Amino acid sequence: MSIEVKNIRKSFGNFVALDGVSLDFPSGELVALLGPSGCGKTTLLRVIAGLEQADEGTVLLEGEDASGTHARERRVGFVFQHYALFRHMTVFDNVAFGMRVKPRRERPNEAAVRRKVTELLELVQLDWLADRFPSQLSGGQRQRIALARALAVEPRVLLLDEPFGALDAKVRKELRRWLRRLHDDLHITSIFVTHDQEEALEVADRVVLMDHGHVEQVGSPEEVYRHPATAFVYGFLGSVNFFHGRVDEGSVRVGDDHLGASGGDVAHGAEVVAFARPYELDIVTGSDATGGVAAKVTRVLSFGVTARVELDGINGSAGQHFEVELTRERALELNLTEGQEVRLVPSRLRVFERSVVVAAGVGVPQ
Amino acid sequence: MAGVVTHRAHPVSDLSRFENNPATREPPWVKRLILGLALSFFAVFLLLPLFAVFAEALRKGWDTYRVVLTDSDALAAIQLTLLAAAISVPLNLVFGVAAAWSVAKFDFRGKQWLVTFIDLPFSVSPVVAGLIYVLMFGAQGWFGPWLREHDVKIIFAVPGIVLATIFVTFPFIARELIPLMQAQGREEEEAAVVLGARGWQVFWMVTLPNIKWGLLYGVILCNARAMGEFGAVSVVSGKIRGQTNTMPLQVEILYNEYNFAAAFAMASLLALLALATLVLKSWIEHASRRDYAPVPEGRGKV
Repeated sequence: MSIEVKNIRKSFGNFVALDGVSLDFPSGELVALLGPSGCGKTTLLRVIAGLEQADEGTVLLEGEDASGTHARERRVGFVFQHYALFRHMTVFDNVAFGMRVKPRRERPNEAAVRRKVTELLELVQLDWLADRFPSQLSGGQRQRIALARALAVEPRVLLLDEPFGALDAKVRKELRRWLRRLHDDLHITSIFVTHDQEEALEVADRVVLMDHGHVEQVGSPEEVYRHPATAFVYGFLGSVNFFHGRVDEGSVRVGDDHLGASGGDVAHGAEVVAFARPYELDIVTGSDATGGVAAKVTRVLSFGVTARVELDGINGSAGQHFEVELTRERALELNLTEGQEVRLVPSRLRVFERSVVVAAGVGVPQ
Repeated sequence: MAGVVTHRAHPVSDLSRFENNPATREPPWVKRLILGLALSFFAVFLLLPLFAVFAEALRKGWDTYRVVLTDSDALAAIQLTLLAAAISVPLNLVFGVAAAWSVAKFDFRGKQWLVTFIDLPFSVSPVVAGLIYVLMFGAQGWFGPWLREHDVKIIFAVPGIVLATIFVTFPFIARELIPLMQAQGREEEEAAVVLGARGWQVFWMVTLPNIKWGLLYGVILCNARAMGEFGAVSVVSGKIRGQTNTMPLQVEILYNEYNFAAAFAMASLLALLALATLVLKSWIEHASRRDYAPVPEGRGKV
């Protein structure tokens, strides 16, 4: 089922959680709502579920205005961050709950309930836990039971609020792969909220990036990672190096150093911040090198497939820290030592005006 | 994590380890002194009076005990006490659940005021509580003339006793439930609503089972206080023998008449009630702990 939200506004007292959000979730997709805490992503999810009333705007479920529909009639499956399993019921009764509270006319008989619950517990591979209580399960098991419970009412859409947020790293990784497979089997329109960019990029068909109640960018994981639309998205997805400088005749100047072409339409003389990913920087050694920005090597970490070099800015970029990712071969070839002065040359640079970056609040000092 | 669980599951073994360790052990005389102090205090101030009540009550033998308790005034007092508890406890049950529900699950203006005022009966002297009702419903009170006109008697009658009892026992259940429901949050109820449950289904199937032990605990404490209340009830009762005397009032009257056997017989019933309350209370504590105790993790994989 498709979901559309139009111009949703919601504030809690003085805090604006959602500031005119409009989004379209096509049928059958798995979409991630990604953003830092307080960006409004959970509020949006709760507005779609009907657990929160928007101050303005409409929610369309399958093209139908759901704003006046009570949460229990929306037929959405909701999975809570802390599972919200009914603690006094067994796993079986938890999953059966949605079927047993139906009005008598629609309620399936006990045999049908039993069949359906068993089927769902098999789907989440936990049929052997039917008689346990939630307190006897691990976090990962609880979350899968919560998912089975949500699926029991055959929801038209599945909403997951930080589904893996309370789990430890290893379980989390397993579960998100499992969720992806489950979605590929069921093809139910799903939205999940996360603040973990890796999780969003790995699991979702599409990623919606949010900040301060606004939608910053919508796109496939590849798109948003390769072509961040805004300074916020650039800074939020993956680690990034910032260069604070000024545009001088089409190139970015950091102190006396020329970093590289500014590209785009940034006006001459504007104060800018240039962004480059760690793997988009190369290190050039030798006293005759002039391009790029001067920096001093502070640490070389060369375990793993790639080598990571940490540097401190000197001259124009003093007080800043940089991180560069090199292939092992390149690192061996350069043979860097700590304290060595080198130059950083970006292969790719993304330039934003300083005021825009400050407004987005992306790791800008000063 | 495993360490923490072990600590909670075996506090006794943890304690004995601490005690048997020569590095942390206190000298024996310190231990004996503290233990002796606590136990003798307990014996003199708690156990001895309790024993005295039963000893005095039975001093003249079982027959006298039975006779003084089946006296018509005594029976009337017992009946009135049971009646007052039977009315005030269910009312406070409904009120307590409603108050705790509204405080824990809704946001509204003046919530903090409600929480503070629920405690009023705890902080005000019971005598004042009684006087409030005399001022309102007494012959010279605000509603006194109106009540006289309509021939309704509240003060120096059963309704007054019930009202005073309700006032005094007002906070017990709400106080017990508010922190419990606040700690449990709204998530389970929200989950139930999204799954299609109606309001009353949410209450009966999710909320009530989650608070049942706290509720029972509150009811028992509320009941104990309702039956044992003296101060407020004594102001509004008028102490009409066989009509407006509750058990605690009856004890006082009999005692003042030097009728010790009867006074202590009645007091022993109240003491029995207290003991029964304690037994029930510890059973509830035990049962609720068993219900909510997490089983150690690591039973099976993710």
